[in-house]
Amino acid sequence: MKQVSGSGSFETAEPTIPELNRLLGDVAENRSRAAFAELFGHFAPRIKGFIMRSGASEELAEEIVQETMVTVWTKAAQFDAGRAGASTWIFTIARNKRIDILRRVSRPEPDPEDPMFQPDAPMSGEEFTQSREDQVRVQAALEHLPPEQVEIVRLSFFDSLTHSEIAERLSLPLGTVKSRLRLSFRKIRSALGDER
Amino acid sequence: MMIRHHPNEATLLSHASGGLPTALSTIVATHLAVCPTCRARTAEAEVIGGALLSAVDPVEVGAGALDRALAAIDAGTPEDTGEATDGRAHNRDLPCPLGAMLPPDLDSLRWWPVGPGIRQARVGTGESMIRLLRIAPGRAVPQHSHGGHEMTMIVSGSYTDEIGRFMPGDVADLDPEVTHQPVSDADTDCICVIATDAPLEFTGWVPRLMQPLVRI
Repeated sequence: MKQVSGSGSFETAEPTIPELNRLLGDVAENRSRAAFAELFGHFAPRIKGFIMRSGASEELAEEIVQETMVTVWTKAAQFDAGRAGASTWIFTIARNKRIDILRRVSRPEPDPEDPMFQPDAPMSGEEFTQSREDQVRVQAALEHLPPEQVEIVRLSFFDSLTHSEIAERLSLPLGTVKSRLRLSFRKIRSALGDER
Repeated sequence: MMIRHHPNEATLLSHASGGLPTALSTIVATHLAVCPTCRARTAEAEVIGGALLSAVDPVEVGAGALDRALAAIDAGTPEDTGEATDGRAHNRDLPCPLGAMLPPDLDSLRWWPVGPGIRQARVGTGESMIRLLRIAPGRAVPQHSHGGHEMTMIVSGSYTDEIGRFMPGDVADLDPEVTHQPVSDADTDCICVIATDAPLEFTGWVPRLMQPLVRI
């Protein structure tokens, strides 16, 4: 298996992170089909590639691509570039679609409209500008993780394996799987400047 | 709600990746509803997904995929109506998604005794199944450890074990090797919800729980 692809440099024609965020904003505010088509051109093949890494069929991957991208259109107004980049937001939609389709139950989520929900403290301006850079930092941090930690992170994200399934797949004790996930997450969080 | 005990970082990472079984994700999502700190941490883990998605080798989509998506958009997709409900009233005193799985009156659940002062109920089916444990004041759950990935969240009342005091919203996400003995320490029943990634072990769990009781 290949490492997370190097440099993170896209082919020249690829939109940059701020461009992708802007395209998504254009879909949300202006219902722009041209912007949607550009987003589709960028993300659809990546979602398909992401899903197929788990050994999923091409048919399933295409179904998830369709459902994800249609949801990107319908929920575009919920995208908040200050909180997450386009790629992260679209990842969460594809993740949920895969769960909905494969498990036939919808993913349990908190409901911000729920009176019991505890809202976030207001974000500072600093956090706001920082969140744009997160993806680049995380990408760099992933490249510096020891191979055994990258392997487990990839099994968790690409293959959606549970801790027990990862333990079985790699013939490791459950505690080792948890501690490797924990360590890798700590390193990534510290790359994000979160030392708590 | 003052949260002191949180899900493990490995658990939050798996919740973000989509690799957490449904029942465990129900507990995490309910904790996230009342814990902005863990929500922020989960959002950080989701950035890993975004980074992996943007760096993955693209696979060309079938011809006409964009046109099909645009046609679906034109046709209008039925708006997500949220959780499918079975028509019963939800428990509004508890955060969603757990509150949406439980009736307003927890006494109306089918509780059965699993030991002195301890009753258990089951909610949901298959992979979504969660268990509720209800411990009378002063009663202790016999000392035990956890086989697979098991998580407990306090719904009402409180308990104290070797790790500390657990109040509503707190999550015990213990490593498999940890052994503990929770004691219900308030003047009301301690009700907690338990999820595991190995629901088939359910039948084995009761005897395991009962076994030490026989000696009491």
